[in-house]
Amino acid sequence: MTISVAMTVNGKSVSGKVEARTLLVQFLREHLGMTGTHVGCDTSQCGACVVHVDGKSVKSCTMLAVQADSAKVLTIEGLAASPDKLHPMQEAFRENHALQCGFCTPGMVMSAIDMVKRHNYQLDEATVRRELEGNLCRCTGYHNIVKAILAAAPAMKSAGV
Amino acid sequence: MTAATGIGARVKRKEDQRFLTGTGRYVDDLPLARATYAYFLRSPHAHARIKSIDTAAAKKMPGVVEIFTGKDTADAKVGGLICGWVVKDKNGQPHKAPPHPVMAVDTVRYVGDTVAMVVANSHDEAKDAAEAIKVDYDVKPANVDLAKALAKGAPEVHAEAPGNLIYDWEIGVKADVDAAFAKAAHVTKIDIVNNRLIPNAMEPRAAAAEYDKGTGNYTLWSTSQNPHVLRLILSAFVLGIPEHKLRVIAPDVGGGFGSKIFCYNEETMLTWASSRVGRPIKWTAERAESFMTDAHGRDHVTHAELALDKDGKFLALKVETIANMGAYLSTFATAVPTYLYATLLAGQYTTPLIYANVKAALTHTAPVDAYRGAGRPEATYVVESIVSKAAKELKMDSAELRRKNFIPANAFPYQTPVALQYDSGNYPPIIDEAIKIADYKGFEARRAEAKSRGKLRGIGFSSYIEACGLAPSQVIGQLGGGVGQWESAQIKFNPTGNVQILTGAHSHGQSHETTFAQIVSEKLGVPLENIEVVHGDTATTPFGMGSYGSRSLAVGGSAIMKAADKIIAKGKKIAAHLMEASVADVVFENGVFKVAGTDKNVPLGAAVFAAYVPHNYPLAELEPGMDENAFYDPANFVYPAGTQICEVEIDPDTGEVEIVNHTAVDDFGNIINPMIVEGQVHGGIAQGVGQALMENAVYDKETGQLLSGSYMDYTMPRADDVPSFKLGYKVTPCPHNPLGVKGCGEAGAIAAPAAVMNAVHDALAPLGVTHVPMPATPLNVWQAIHGGK
Repeated sequence: MTISVAMTVNGKSVSGKVEARTLLVQFLREHLGMTGTHVGCDTSQCGACVVHVDGKSVKSCTMLAVQADSAKVLTIEGLAASPDKLHPMQEAFRENHALQCGFCTPGMVMSAIDMVKRHNYQLDEATVRRELEGNLCRCTGYHNIVKAILAAAPAMKSAGV
Repeated sequence: MTAATGIGARVKRKEDQRFLTGTGRYVDDLPLARATYAYFLRSPHAHARIKSIDTAAAKKMPGVVEIFTGKDTADAKVGGLICGWVVKDKNGQPHKAPPHPVMAVDTVRYVGDTVAMVVANSHDEAKDAAEAIKVDYDVKPANVDLAKALAKGAPEVHAEAPGNLIYDWEIGVKADVDAAFAKAAHVTKIDIVNNRLIPNAMEPRAAAAEYDKGTGNYTLWSTSQNPHVLRLILSAFVLGIPEHKLRVIAPDVGGGFGSKIFCYNEETMLTWASSRVGRPIKWTAERAESFMTDAHGRDHVTHAELALDKDGKFLALKVETIANMGAYLSTFATAVPTYLYATLLAGQYTTPLIYANVKAALTHTAPVDAYRGAGRPEATYVVESIVSKAAKELKMDSAELRRKNFIPANAFPYQTPVALQYDSGNYPPIIDEAIKIADYKGFEARRAEAKSRGKLRGIGFSSYIEACGLAPSQVIGQLGGGVGQWESAQIKFNPTGNVQILTGAHSHGQSHETTFAQIVSEKLGVPLENIEVVHGDTATTPFGMGSYGSRSLAVGGSAIMKAADKIIAKGKKIAAHLMEASVADVVFENGVFKVAGTDKNVPLGAAVFAAYVPHNYPLAELEPGMDENAFYDPANFVYPAGTQICEVEIDPDTGEVEIVNHTAVDDFGNIINPMIVEGQVHGGIAQGVGQALMENAVYDKETGQLLSGSYMDYTMPRADDVPSFKLGYKVTPCPHNPLGVKGCGEAGAIAAPAAVMNAVHDALAPLGVTHVPMPATPLNVWQAIHGGK
């Protein structure tokens, strides 16, 4: 049995027919071919699959596609205004070498943006580290990710994003 | 112009744009038309005989294309997986080599062993069908506890390895070491377990295979650290597909840490089955499968003794280790606890006599092989634990005891008693710098302050050595390695002057696309944006050995330097022709060929253009084109060394350990991009901290069930488990490679466990605690404090 779903992904209306059990991340990757969002575990721990649903960060492996029906979904692919103009968080990750293999990066960036906004652009190192508990990285030792997020917070504020 | 982009510059990475915008291409991201999806049915038992497998009901499930079992692969005479390193035992006999079928035929030997492969139109359908396969198992007793694996009566894993012994190996002369112990003023002893780890690259292993009926060509996309080596193994030993008919592509790969070096069942099965199914097949491990089937790391049980004279000089070291191989020998498993471990037991010290005995044991657990550091973290944990314990017993300062025994700077090249000849190093300034950065002098005040808050504060040193940059091929051959260990490079100029660097190394986080481009930018004066690094495809890159053992820069980078030298040599001839000068008078500076003492010059780009449009060109003596390749076989390993200092605070009520400071000072030789090197060190330290404080692969000792089989059970270091790290460098350039570089990929993970554990022991010493098992989890620490209650 398939179910029709329709949502907005990165500003574009999309729709498809999915099984009831189809996860949001499967819908994004397998139905829409948007492979920027990654799957790193099967227990909702690693955070590689984080996207924004109606402005809030969500692990897209933990949400059914049908639950996102009518929602506005933002993924890593939709973050930069253009290839030349990255989001301040993406820019901060690059400036601070906050990524190595790149696999956890989409989820890290999406979580980090949500974190900055929830804390009203005011973060300290301990808060960033605590808030990152839902995102695993095996390459960076988190050192430069923490640095990047701390650098991005004021940059996001001044850019008004 | 190279000041901003050449050697030594903190250049931002070329690979970041795609990773930051979701446009990286990992194996699972590949769009393959008409793809099918594989799901592997795995053994739920650690040890069982397969009485029967019934796939009839599963084959009728929706979307199922085909189901394969071990009988199918055995009937088709699919070769077994190989162990590519022959270790000879004490008596000169090669190690026991039990078969490693790609699918279990009549016996399963660990939880996760491969029983059947279902191919279906979707992953979910394949998984549904796998649940409908009926396997009748006769469950047998399992041999899980490493300490008892070699004991009489332990359940046997393979008939080909009686008593579960793969080899009983030694290095050094035991009688000489015993004689030194007899004269020792003091002997320090330790019994330690190097805890078993699960690598956990964030991208799970994945593969996709496609067979082209028209050409008979196979393409395998794999999350491999070494696509050429994988192809060689599959072609020559396992599937018999000739190398020229098999293309292996390792695209963007999301971390490896060793676990993606090896040739695994799944990619082998996909390749084999792709021609039978007639459609592409994709497979991506679920994380649970990664936990169960990625080759694990470490897992040693060790007893060691250090003999010292009355002044604290080391006289001799004696080490006995049992190393876990798991249920089958993985690709390089045998080398890890021998040539990558016991040869490092001299550490940074002048210990004149060393004897090590290593017994490799089979158990009913996942195969164990190289994991970040591979043998060297285990050696460092032994040496640095026993040195710190000796300092405590002798009431000497830990740093002072190390200094007293360091190999002096004027002793290099230094021949150790365990085969290696260290090429260069200068250890005292490293520990001095680490002490300065870590404010060692201020430690006792911090300890007292912590005590006033009810916390136990401790500080620990770890002065590591590693041999990496694998490696001189002839040495590897003498030690039993089955492959050469050179690296290849090709520098291919296009007519318009931009460059492709093709390398046999592979980047899965290491930033080769940036570092290698910096080398060529510096050497040939080409702007960074005009350089592209190509790697990971056997059809486009020269045969190479891939990336592991911190070898990419020292070996692969050196090959690039050699190829660049050939470009310059050819360019000089072209430029000499264009300038009507003698080749001997032409010099190359900052991307321009010049005749010394004149204003004549030819930019490299002009020479390249002339080579591709050879209208005015010495065609009689010189071929057109500007495309040079090189192979570099190193003269020796490289020997990075450093000291880490860890400072912890322990809550005696809960046993919780907090790392409050962690300093690393390393000598990596010359540094191409400090930003990238720092990133490598950060990540390595975090993995080492993970081993020291939280990570532990645990099997139930009776049933062999993997108890730590998910992120809910296996504790990965998270951001709030580690502090920001303090780093420093000292440089002694490597004397035998053209870049003067050593290697930085593994150092952090090699040194950190001992530094952390020594800090934990230092913190608990006032309570009389002399041993905390690794990982120092709250439970282990609390039990150590409370006498195991």
